Amino acid sequence: MTEIWQGLVAAFWLVVTLDKDLVEITLRSLQVTITAVLIACALGMPMGAWLAIQRFRYRRTVIAILNALMGLPPVVVGLIVYLFLSRAGPFGALNLLFSPTAMIIAQVIIVTPLVASISHQAVRDLWADYHDLLISLNATKRQRMATLLIDGRRALLTAALAGFGRAVGEVGAIIIVGGNIDHVTRVLTTAIALETSKGNFALALGLGFVLIGLAIAVNICIHALSRTEREGTW
Amino acid sequence: MVTDILPLIVRDAKVRMRGKTIVGPIDLDLSGTGVTVVMGPNGAGKTTLLRMLHGLARLSSGTIDWAIPVQQAQTRQGFVFQTPIVLRRSVRDNIAYPLVLHGVARKEARARADHWGTRVGLADMLMRPARVLSGGEKQKLALARALIRDPSVLFLDEPTASLDGRSMREIETILLTAAHEGTRIVMATHNMGQAKRLAQEVIFLYRGLVHERNHAAAFFAGPAKPEAAAFIKGDIVE
Repeated sequence: MTEIWQGLVAAFWLVVTLDKDLVEITLRSLQVTITAVLIACALGMPMGAWLAIQRFRYRRTVIAILNALMGLPPVVVGLIVYLFLSRAGPFGALNLLFSPTAMIIAQVIIVTPLVASISHQAVRDLWADYHDLLISLNATKRQRMATLLIDGRRALLTAALAGFGRAVGEVGAIIIVGGNIDHVTRVLTTAIALETSKGNFALALGLGFVLIGLAIAVNICIHALSRTEREGTW
Repeated sequence: MVTDILPLIVRDAKVRMRGKTIVGPIDLDLSGTGVTVVMGPNGAGKTTLLRMLHGLARLSSGTIDWAIPVQQAQTRQGFVFQTPIVLRRSVRDNIAYPLVLHGVARKEARARADHWGTRVGLADMLMRPARVLSGGEKQKLALARALIRDPSVLFLDEPTASLDGRSMREIETILLTAAHEGTRIVMATHNMGQAKRLAQEVIFLYRGLVHERNHAAAFFAGPAKPEAAAFIKGDIVE
């Protein structure tokens, strides 16, 4: 129990003194995660909408696979991205391994199926509502997708936040492709892993509390900005 | 307005779902102006007939031909559903939506939506989210949205089924104005009084078939078929 107490105290002092290293790795965590989530949304949301409106032969299979990919093991993703980006790999020449870009790539792969799957579920119900009207008005495929994504924006926010939650707390993939290099690729989660293995529990816990606080703060900010849960009927 | 998408010629058209024929075979010509009311007991296929004519229900056999290619004809039709479908947007954006789909600039689309919203009596609520409207207001919204493209043919599927007298009268007034301005109206209804008030022509649908088609006056005075006569009298027709 003393560790938890010490962790709280450590977290308190880290935040209050605006510890230079803490600020740096927190900002890097945010930068990597937010970039990855934005890319994942740009890919996953249209994909979810497309799956909702398009009927094709293996649609159910694709959706089942997508749902399964939500639980993609990050370590395996990290390993595969590592192999692709390593010197001997197909993209070795780009020199991306052990860089924030590599971490973003890994996180995009982890988060996109999650965003796509949740978006699909949200948009599917809306499509059931809108179907007859949009067909009757002769909307093109692109217009249908745009309408569903615009009108379903509140539900899509949940998808984005779920993606953010998964990405910000993820360690397995980014520690492999990022390498946890101080001042280059160290983020909150990899720092926690490092401090824990060093036996530095108080600091690790402190970082952990900062991470949890960060996740809560981002969620609250986004909900406040988008005014969800205020107008009951939207 | 020229109703040049008519005549509509339907030949031997059938709609089947899960191996059951819902409607058909139907032979039907539609031209001229005015209001045609589709009547018949529940399950007679009124909704499916309208959806079929509009192109929402897939034909299993037969043909439906407009005077112009079907792609163009579709953009000249409107459809009002029994349960109004409202988008999760403001009333104004709901009404403007068909224009926006057609590539009309948002500003102009909104101006025209305001005009139509006012015409159907929603002037005070243009900025409100459409989902909070009452049933009657939603149906007026749907009507304005269907009319904003100035359709040549307007289909309505029991548009006043769950509305009270006042909303019904307001909607009927809008429909009569539209008909007067040259929109060909085809409307399904259960309401005998409404049919008598609006119809120039009646199609009586029974068991998926056009059982009788007649001028409204003649139909209500003395229908040719016993089922139609029973229906008008208020007997239960199964």
